[in-house]
Amino acid sequence: MNNLGVIFRRELGSYFATPLAYIFIVIFLVMASLFTFDVGGFYEAGQADLIAFFNFHAGLYLFLIPAVAMRLWAEERKSGTIELLMTLPVSRAAMVLGKFLAAWVFVGIALLLTFPMVLTVNYLGSPDNGAILTGYIGSWLMAGGYLAIGSCMSALTKNQVIAFILSVVVCFLFVVSGVSMVQNAFSGWAPQWVLDTLASFSFLTRFEAISKGVLDLRDLLYFFSLMGAWLLATAVVIDLKKAD
Amino acid sequence: MISINSLTKRFGDHVAVDNLSFDVKPGEVLGFLGPNGAGKSTTMKMLTGFLTPDGGSASVCGFDIQTQTLLAQQKMGYLPEGAPCYGDMRVKGFLEFIASVRGLAGAERQRQVQRAVEQVELQDVLGQRIETLSKGFKRRVGLAQAILHDPQVLILDEPTDGLDPNQKHQVRRLIQQLAEGSNKIVVISTHILEEVSAVCSRAVIIGKGRLLADGTPDELEARSRYHQAVTLSLAAPADSAALESLPGVVAVERSADGLALTVLAKPGEVIFPAVGQLAREQQWQVNELSVERGRLDDVFRSLTSGESV
Repeated sequence: MNNLGVIFRRELGSYFATPLAYIFIVIFLVMASLFTFDVGGFYEAGQADLIAFFNFHAGLYLFLIPAVAMRLWAEERKSGTIELLMTLPVSRAAMVLGKFLAAWVFVGIALLLTFPMVLTVNYLGSPDNGAILTGYIGSWLMAGGYLAIGSCMSALTKNQVIAFILSVVVCFLFVVSGVSMVQNAFSGWAPQWVLDTLASFSFLTRFEAISKGVLDLRDLLYFFSLMGAWLLATAVVIDLKKAD
Repeated sequence: MISINSLTKRFGDHVAVDNLSFDVKPGEVLGFLGPNGAGKSTTMKMLTGFLTPDGGSASVCGFDIQTQTLLAQQKMGYLPEGAPCYGDMRVKGFLEFIASVRGLAGAERQRQVQRAVEQVELQDVLGQRIETLSKGFKRRVGLAQAILHDPQVLILDEPTDGLDPNQKHQVRRLIQQLAEGSNKIVVISTHILEEVSAVCSRAVIIGKGRLLADGTPDELEARSRYHQAVTLSLAAPADSAALESLPGVVAVERSADGLALTVLAKPGEVIFPAVGQLAREQQWQVNELSVERGRLDDVFRSLTSGESV
C-alpha cells in the first residue's frame, strides 16, 4: 500500500493536466447555482438555509460524476497503459483506491468552490452553519457513492462513452429506488421489507437525512459500505478482464 | 534467473502459449523469436504478471510471478509492446512517477532519473508532453521507465518495432551496454532476425506457442542449409556439373542469369577449398567467392512454417 500516495498524486495531477478539470468545475458551479437560484427558488423561499442548493445535488451528480469516473479505467485500457500500471509493483488495492480517492478529492475541490453560496446565505440571514456543514459532508459522501459505481463501470469497458452510460443507468437505479413513484409501484403486492430495503438503498433517502443536519452513523455506514463494495467489485472486474 | 515451466495460455479455443518451458541464466541476452501471433507477447505478459497463465508457472529471481507478484515485479523492468505511456504527462513527471512507484525518493530518485535520461538521450524533451513526442522518442521514454531502477531482469517487447534505422541502432547499442559485463538478464522479443545476430547471446524460436529451437545465434545459423555454402560470382556462365560432383556438395543453386552459383554443403563438411581449387582448374573468371555462415531467416522460415531444416 506504500504506493497509494504515488498513484493518488499522479491521478489527481492528471485531472488538472488537461482542460477537463476546469470544464468540469465551471459546469458544476454554473449548474449548481442555476438550479439553486432559478429552479430551486432560493430567494422566494425566504429561508436562511441551503436546502434549495443541496436538493439538486443528487440529480446534478447523476450526469457529472459519471463524466469524471468514466476515464478512470476505460482510458487505461484504451491507451494500453493498464499493462504498464499492472506490471509495476503496485498492489491492486493501491491502484483502485488511489484512483478513486483522487477522483473523490477532485469532486471535493469542486464542491468546496461553491463556498460563495455559504457566504451569501450568511450575509442574508443567520443560517444553521452546522446543518450546512453536514450538508456538504453528505453531498461529498453521495458523490463518493456515485464515483465508486462509476469506477466499476469504467473498469468494464475500454469505451468511455459506454462507461458513462452504464454509470448513469446504475446510479439512476440507486437514486430512484427511494422515490415515491417506484415505491408506489411495489407497494400493494410486495412485502413491506422489500419496500424498506429498496428505500434504504437510495442515495436520496440517505442524503436527505444528512442534508437536514442529522449525521446518523447508519447513514455514514451506508455510504462507506457502498463505496467499499463497488470498489471491491472494481478490483474483481479488473482482475477478471485485464487483457481485453 | 528466469524460469518458465510448462506455461500455457488459452484465449477461448485458441491456444496462444502451449506448454512452454525454458530458463534464462544471468548474463544472457535472450532473443525471443517467432512470427506474428506465435505467442511472444502473451508469454511476456504472463512473465511480467499482467496475464494469469492457464497452466504452468514462471518465476523471476526466485519469486513466483503468481504468488509473489510484487516481489517479482520489483526485480523486473518491462517495456510493453507499443511502449504505452501516460500521454498527458510530461517526460520528466512521468519518469519521476515511475521512480516513486519503484520506491526511489529524494536525491536517489533524481540521480536515477538523470541516469536513465542520459542513457536513452531524452535530455531535450524532458519538459514535453509524451503525446506530442515522435514514435522514436516515445519508445525511448518507455525504455527509460524500464531501466529506471536498474533492474536485474529487463523484458522488452519489440523494442525496435517501427523505429528508423538510426534509432534501431541506438536501441541495440543501449541493450548491449546494459548487458555488458553484468549479471543481468535481457529478454527481447522481435521478428527482426538481424537484431538477434546483432545483440543476442541466445535465441529461442517459438511458433504456435511451442518451443521450436533454442541455441546461440551461431548454432541456429549452423542449422541452415546455407551453412558453409560457397557463393561464386562469375563473369561468364559456367557448367555446374563439375561442382555437383565434388565431395561434400549436396546441390548447386543457380541464379536466373547463371552468373551466381551457390554451392550447398553437407552438414559438417567444409567445401570452400575444393570449390576454390575447382574454379582455378576450370579457369573460371571469378569476381567473388565467399563462404556463407548460414542464413538465420532461412532457419526461421523453415522452422516456423513446419518444414524440417
